[in-house]
Amino acid sequence: MVSPILLSPADNIVVLPAAVSAGTSVLIDDANVTLTEDIALGHKVARRPIAVGEKILKYGVAIGSATRAIEAGEHVHLHNMKSDYLPTYTLAKERAFSA
Amino acid sequence: MSASPIISGWLRPDGSKGIRNTLLVVYLVECAHHVAREIQFPFREADVHLIGFGGCYPNDYSFRMMQALCTHSNVGGVLLVSLGCEGFHRAELLSAIRATGRPVELMVIQGEGGTRTTIAKGREWVQSAREKLAAVQRVPMDPSELIVGTVCGGSDGTSGITANPGIGRAFDRLVADGARCIFEETGELIGCEQIMAARAATPELGGILTASVEKAARYYATLGHGSFAPGNADGGLTTQEEKSMGAYSKSGSSPISGLIKPGDIPKSGGLYLLDVVPDGEVRFGFPNINDNAEIAELIACGSHIILFATGRGSVVGSAISPVIKVCANPETYRRLRDDMDIDAGRILEGHGTLDEVGNEIFQCVCDIAAAKRTASESLGHQEFVLGYKSFEPIGPSCHPTY
Repeated sequence: MVSPILLSPADNIVVLPAAVSAGTSVLIDDANVTLTEDIALGHKVARRPIAVGEKILKYGVAIGSATRAIEAGEHVHLHNMKSDYLPTYTLAKERAFSA
Repeated sequence: MSASPIISGWLRPDGSKGIRNTLLVVYLVECAHHVAREIQFPFREADVHLIGFGGCYPNDYSFRMMQALCTHSNVGGVLLVSLGCEGFHRAELLSAIRATGRPVELMVIQGEGGTRTTIAKGREWVQSAREKLAAVQRVPMDPSELIVGTVCGGSDGTSGITANPGIGRAFDRLVADGARCIFEETGELIGCEQIMAARAATPELGGILTASVEKAARYYATLGHGSFAPGNADGGLTTQEEKSMGAYSKSGSSPISGLIKPGDIPKSGGLYLLDVVPDGEVRFGFPNINDNAEIAELIACGSHIILFATGRGSVVGSAISPVIKVCANPETYRRLRDDMDIDAGRILEGHGTLDEVGNEIFQCVCDIAAAKRTASESLGHQEFVLGYKSFEPIGPSCHPTY
C-alpha cells in the first residue's frame, strides 16, 4: 500500500510518492484512507479535514489557503486552495501535457 | 564511497583554474549570429561554444555578463563577431579579455568584407587558437576550489522532496570542504524569506536577503506572473510559495555567507544567494525569461558546474559550464533516462536515502570536474541566452565574511 510522505509533523497535507487510482486506499497516520479520484505522483492529499481559509501547511510552512472545506483524503490543488502571494497561471486542461 | 578523482584544472593567467578548456565564438548582436554560428559549427564537438547577445542597444548588465563569461575560468580563448554598427561596446570587451592574457580576436563583418570572408577568416582563427589552447598548463585542483551553482527547472511535486534536498546535502558537503556554492532565483524564494534570513552570517545580511525577496515579490506582482509555469501545476505544485519551499531546499543548511549579483564572483568559500531580479523600477520585462538565463548568470558568477534539479524533465545543458541533471521524479527518469545524470527520484520508490543521493551528487561533481562528460554535454546541448537588465552594485554588507 502506498504510504504518502509527511514532510513535517505540523503539516495538514501529505505527498503521494506514486500515482494512486480512485478507490485505492493509502496509509495516512496509520489509518486507511480511500481516495475518491485518480491522483498523480507528487500531488498533495489532505491529512485531516481543512476549513475554508485555513492555511495549507507543507514542510511546516504555509503554502497558501484553502478556498473551500477539504475532507481528509481529498486531493489538495488549484481547485480548493490558492496562493497568499501571487495568482497561479495554468494552461487549459486540453493543452496540458499529461504523462 | 570512492575517493575523489584527481582534478586536472586548466591554469588561467589570473591564477583561476578551469575544469573545461572552451573556446568561445561570441556574436555581439543578432545580426552577427549566423556568421558566428557558421564559424563555430564545424568545431561544435571540439569544445568550441557559441554564445551571444541579441540586442543592438548597449546595456551595462549585458556588458558585465559578457565580460564575466568571456573571462570565465572554463574559457581559454574568445572570438568576438560584430556586425559593425551595433551599440555593444566591443572595443572595451576586446581589451578586457586581452588583459587576462587569453587569445582573443575581434572580427567586424562590415570591415571584413561580409558573410563569406568573415566565416572563412573566423574558422581559420579558431583553428589556430585551438592549438594555443591545447598548450595551456594543467595543474592539480581540489574540489574545494570549485564554484558550483544550482538551479531548478520543470519542477513538480517531487522536486522539493528528492532532487532539491539532495542537492542541498551535496552543497552542505561542498561548503564544509571550502567550496563556493551559489543558489538563486529570489522570485522562487517568495514565502521563505524569514527562515532564509535566519541563516545569514550577520543580522544585517539577513535584512539584505529579506529585502531581495521582497523586491522579487514586488517585481513579479507588477508583471502579474510569478516564477511558475503551467507544468509546475500539472506536476502537483499549486502555489508560488509551495514551489519556493521546494526550491529553497537546494541551498542545504549551511550559513549564508553573502548576497551577490550577476557577474560577482564570490571571493571565499561559503554559500551565496544570487539576486537575479533587477533593481529599480520594472524595466525590460521578466527577470529571467527561462532556465538558461539563470544558468548563464550562475556561470557569470564563476560557476564551474551547475546542478540542475528537474521533475518534469528539462533536457537543457549550457555553453561554458557543464550542467548535471538531477532528476527528482522516478517516472520522468525512466522516460528521459539519456538526458539525466542522477536518479534522485528513486528515494520515492524505496531505493536509497537523501544522504545517499547527496553523496552521489557530490561524487558526480568531482567526476565531471575531472573531465567526465555530463548527459547534456554528450548530447551536444550548449544553450545560451542573455537579455537586458539593470542592477545597482552590491555594498560591503552583502559579503560580511570577506
